[in-house]
Amino acid sequence: MIEKIIKWSRLKSPWILHLNTGGCNACDIEILAALMPRFDVERVGILLKATPRHADVLICTGPITRQTKDRITRVYQQMPEPKFVIAVGACAMSGCVYRGSYNVLGGIDQLIPVDMYIPGCPVRPDAVIDGVVKLLTKLEKS
Amino acid sequence: MSITIPIGPQHPALKEPISLRMTIDGEVIKDADIRLGYNHRGVEKLFEGKTYIQNIYVAERICGICSHSHTTCYVNGVEKLSGLEIPKRAAYIRVLIAELERIHSHLLWLGVAGHEAGFDSFFMYTWRDREIVMDILEEISGNRVHYAINTIGGVRRDIDETQKTKILNHLKVLRERTQYYKNLGTNEPSFVARLSGVGKLSREDAIALCAVGPTLRASGVDMDVRKDDPYNCYEEIPFEVCTSDTCDVLGRTVVRINEVLQSYDIIEYVLKNLPAGDVRVKAPRKVPEGETVSRYEAPRGENIHYIKSNGTDKPERLKVRAPTLGNYPATVAMLKNGFIADIPLIFAAIDPCICCAERMAEIQDVKTGSTEIKTFDELKKYSKKFDKHTEHKKDVEWPL
Ligand code: SF4
Repeated sequence: MIEKIIKWSRLKSPWILHLNTGGCNACDIEILAALMPRFDVERVGILLKATPRHADVLICTGPITRQTKDRITRVYQQMPEPKFVIAVGACAMSGCVYRGSYNVLGGIDQLIPVDMYIPGCPVRPDAVIDGVVKLLTKLEKS
Repeated sequence: MSITIPIGPQHPALKEPISLRMTIDGEVIKDADIRLGYNHRGVEKLFEGKTYIQNIYVAERICGICSHSHTTCYVNGVEKLSGLEIPKRAAYIRVLIAELERIHSHLLWLGVAGHEAGFDSFFMYTWRDREIVMDILEEISGNRVHYAINTIGGVRRDIDETQKTKILNHLKVLRERTQYYKNLGTNEPSFVARLSGVGKLSREDAIALCAVGPTLRASGVDMDVRKDDPYNCYEEIPFEVCTSDTCDVLGRTVVRINEVLQSYDIIEYVLKNLPAGDVRVKAPRKVPEGETVSRYEAPRGENIHYIKSNGTDKPERLKVRAPTLGNYPATVAMLKNGFIADIPLIFAAIDPCICCAERMAEIQDVKTGSTEIKTFDELKKYSKKFDKHTEHKKDVEWPL
């Protein structure tokens, strides 16, 4: 019974944490734009949270730079189970134009498990919403 | 007794990773230390391994908010080096996109300032209107953020009459709303009380610490690359440089709102006086030997690109000085003797764009607890060590 309630609330209101792991900012502003009046994901319960300890979903943008590497691991460890990771943008998927640079490690999946990839450079806000919704449908079935 | 508190790299008030260390005494900030490098991707090294045309895409991805600034600055430099004269229509279209970018960047900033001051409806309002600008940009270039409009020798897309009328209609709405924000931002007592007197930066300090852009202009210094060293036909376009004498965050807000209003005028002028003709000329693949510096007034201040060519189709060196980097010393001065509660506001007031500023870091490996500062020579050695591995490496094993 309690599990059912937890699952229901998790599906109805996923809280997200947005982390820039070295991207160019464009993906970040597009994620923010998804929270703004035009797209307004808050009306479907998606809420941007400020701390990893409250978040269910981690949204990462950008290739991992040497300095953010430890931070991502830490943020990921601080999130409560069950946790999900969405890699947003070509950078987070494979490194985009920065691939091969001495300070960049490639996609997010090199470091932490990723549940959903959203392509685009930058992604459109509609794509971000679509990605989150798809992740939720996946959860619903599981 | 003073204690040091770290803020960041992941912090609710910061949208991008940066770390601030504040030495505080009670509520008052005694000293501030900015730690950079979280966003360092080695873009300048990447430039050297790619051709001039490919580099436009890399330059665009230095920063997502001022992507047009970096590409324009870069292509202007390359065109100067190869002695290309771009068609006037192309220059005008570049100005058009640049001003649209300034509007969207300033509206974004206004929203963030409202948010940091606890005025969230303002945040929502400005971001709603920002979407109109994004629509215009999408209409012209096909993209919302990375417009990819510049190419060496001109621009990649032309605009037609229907687009012109559409843009002018959108502008009417935007102008009306901006006027409303101006009234609201400068007359709403609680908002003004929150912003005025915060983050003081005197005129002398601003000049001494090399502040740039709206931060500098809000300290009463009349400096704008568009006027002082015009590029892309800015000398033909009538506009005013907005300044303010209040030297605080309120002044920076006023300067930005006025600049947005000026940008509307510029766009109207550009659309009404758009010269006929081609939008690009053919550019040679190779660039003759030489070096050049190109300047550009980005929304956040002066952006400088230094390009050195060795006669091949790849640059030998490309150095970027982004505006945010120029504003860091001024930020430290602004933070000193302020209150903890003002940190996000002051820091947001320079409109920091961290990904812009970080291609070249002198501090590396700030591990928890142990700090390791590399000198420039060490850094050079370090990069050389990696240099061997970086070039044309396919399917690399990431060092994880
Ligand atoms: S995917 Fe593209 S737009 Fe997004 S952070 Fe990377 S370079 Fe920027």
